[in-house]
Amino acid sequence: MNNYRMHLLVCGGTGCTSSDSLKLVDELKESIEKHGISNEVEVVITGCFGFCEKGPILKVYPDDVFYVTVKPEDAEEIVEEHVIKGRQVERLLYVEPNLKVKLEGQKDLPFYKKQIRIALRNCGFINPEDINECLAADGYQALAKCLCEMSKEEVIETVIKSGLRGRGGGGFPTGLKWKYTSNNASDVKYIICNADEGDPGAFMDRSILEGDPHSVLEAMAIAGYAIGAEHGYIYIRAEYPLAIHRLEIAITQARELGLLGIDILGTGFNFDVELRYGAGAFVCGEETALIHSIEGARGEPSTKPPFPAQCGVWDKPTCVNNVETLANIPPIFLRGADWFRTIGTEKSPGTKVFALAGKVNNVGLVEVPMGTTLREVIYDIGGGIKNNKEFKAVQTGGPSGGCITKENLDIPIDYESLNSIGSMMGSGGMIVMDEDNCMVNIAKYYLEFTKEESCGKCTPCRVGNKRLLEILDKITQGNGTEQDLADLVELGEIIKDTSLCGLGQTAPNPVLSTLHYFYDEYLAHVREKKCPAAVCESLLSYIILPEKCVGCTACAKVCPVPCILGEVKKTHVIDQSKCIKCGACYNTCKFSAIAKR
Amino acid sequence: MSKLKSIEELQKIRQAAKDNLDLRSTAESEDRIIIRVGMATCGIASGARTTMNAIVDELREQNITNVSVTQTGCMGYCAEEPLVEVVFKDKPSVIYGHVDAQRGREIVNEHIKNGRLLQNAIITKSFEKID
Ligand SMILES: Cc1cc2nc3c(=O)[nH]c(=O)nc-3n(C[C@H](O)[C@H](O)[C@H](O)COP(=O)(O)O)c2cc1C
Ligand code: SF4
Ligand code: SF4
Repeated sequence: MNNYRMHLLVCGGTGCTSSDSLKLVDELKESIEKHGISNEVEVVITGCFGFCEKGPILKVYPDDVFYVTVKPEDAEEIVEEHVIKGRQVERLLYVEPNLKVKLEGQKDLPFYKKQIRIALRNCGFINPEDINECLAADGYQALAKCLCEMSKEEVIETVIKSGLRGRGGGGFPTGLKWKYTSNNASDVKYIICNADEGDPGAFMDRSILEGDPHSVLEAMAIAGYAIGAEHGYIYIRAEYPLAIHRLEIAITQARELGLLGIDILGTGFNFDVELRYGAGAFVCGEETALIHSIEGARGEPSTKPPFPAQCGVWDKPTCVNNVETLANIPPIFLRGADWFRTIGTEKSPGTKVFALAGKVNNVGLVEVPMGTTLREVIYDIGGGIKNNKEFKAVQTGGPSGGCITKENLDIPIDYESLNSIGSMMGSGGMIVMDEDNCMVNIAKYYLEFTKEESCGKCTPCRVGNKRLLEILDKITQGNGTEQDLADLVELGEIIKDTSLCGLGQTAPNPVLSTLHYFYDEYLAHVREKKCPAAVCESLLSYIILPEKCVGCTACAKVCPVPCILGEVKKTHVIDQSKCIKCGACYNTCKFSAIAKR
Repeated sequence: MSKLKSIEELQKIRQAAKDNLDLRSTAESEDRIIIRVGMATCGIASGARTTMNAIVDELREQNITNVSVTQTGCMGYCAEEPLVEVVFKDKPSVIYGHVDAQRGREIVNEHIKNGRLLQNAIITKSFEKID
């Protein structure tokens, strides 16, 4: 056995691998080989560290040093300096932007300070392709405990007591779902892990599967034991190849050790898992559509009741749980339901993982206790708004959610309080917007998505959302009227009331919530035909500010029309009647003399 | 790999696997002891690498898990290389000089395990850091 004294952990999540982290691994290994210390130093590929803004990430154990934006070219220096001579490579340490100091340990980083990692506990700590590392990190201990020491009823009771609620969006108590499925007698039952993750911009489920696939397999086996299912499906979108690859490895390794299969740990309990691939339709994340898709039918929702717990896949009682929900299960059994309740809030115990994106300094994956405020997430963890711009709004709940304004930044994040201000928890997408974002455009963006993704079964959703989008289009073109704004509200409410599934029932939310909080901005579009954020192309014009223009002629040279008039060293002017608003001049001017109005 | 047929078998393989991961969990634990080996050019030239590997090896043999072995740059007493510093939490650090593989193992067995300092090898009992 090798006597490793040092581990170099490199993030192998989708984010970091696309910025060459695997090449970095190769270079590190090569350099370690070259120096003849391969039996002392191990290079380990892990799941996502969450700090994607600064990827690729390299963590050095036991020194607890955290390097950011490491490039393959840096490998040699890291090995020579740090690994061999014990000197940190200063230039690769994280520099705290506000204090301008270099921070060496992961614990020192403000990004990690307010986080508590339960679902992500092993992401960035173990090698997800090695079941031994997972076992060493207490993998399958909770399953062993449930199978050997607890009755089904006790298992279900523990989950109910923990207060865990579904992280897939609905927030339904997981223990109760297990209980209902368990109560429906049947010779065959199923447990499904919903890994469809359709919310654009969300990637927490993918990261859990890439970083700690065994935690999901273990939890599915526990759920199977509790509800009386011997068979599990993981429904995962085919566009997650790395997560699929790691799951396949994990399933194979678990089967080899008999942690999946017949007679698990000699207890007589049988359980196995199969993968089912989705084609990436948002609606297939809805549980009834997902079930139809697994059966090979069209991915269209159907009415509830009957609920999946009564009549699910192949008409058998089925429990559908989200990836992150499942990842919380093993710690609940190892540390107890009471421990879980000490984290988060009374009604929403535990943590939630968010995919923080948009105009914040630190985009990435963050796991915070429920009850943390949006301000803490955006400013303390996210490091505030990029380029010191003004915060405008944050969208939670993806295309089903709504926007939240400055006034509500201090509300604690949980299911109820987000609903009360017209947004929702959703699966955990969190997109931050600044003063440069036009809210009409944001609403349009989400609606374009839901319009495309509607399965077409119900008229209000299929046709209604299309009409909503047309009205929004009209407004951004400068042809909207105040009547259009009233129509948006009326039509939106009708779509919500008359659609069959959650997609249609929530699709108008982004429109309705931006209308509610940013009515003035909509009014500016329809009354003054102005886009205050200067985004809507038809409503803005490029003008040259005479006081700033030095007459360098740079703009006139790039204008493709050309429609910029002026002589060297004299103020230039744009002929508005010819300008095609391409923005070339705006991006070229070095003196900020061209403005969008 | 053969199938695990009982919870005892699961615990056994987990324990074996844990040893490897201890390197990481120890680094994050509060009561860890740190052993630093001087590994600048001078240290390496005088055999610090062998010393370090001996220490890591002995720790494993003695089943001691709360110690992180890291290396550091030149500690300034080049004449006494290889140098090894032992840091217990909240205690002044102790530096040993001329630590070869043999002495490295002694440090683990005497100082770490039994709490007895190797008097004849200490360079200076403590030195204050100016942070
Ligand atoms: C349009 C739509 C899309 C959904 N997409 C997802 C998804 O991608 N992942 C997910 O876990 N749940 C999704 N859900 C929620 C599921 O229907 C279901 O409630 C959830 O998987 C249950 O698991 P949980 O109780 O663990 O949250 C979606 C629901 C709707 C209406
Ligand atoms: S609401 Fe929309 S997505 Fe849902 S079933 Fe109806 S048409 Fe399909
Ligand atoms: S926006 Fe484009 S077309 Fe208009 S003046 Fe500038 S460069 Fe010319």
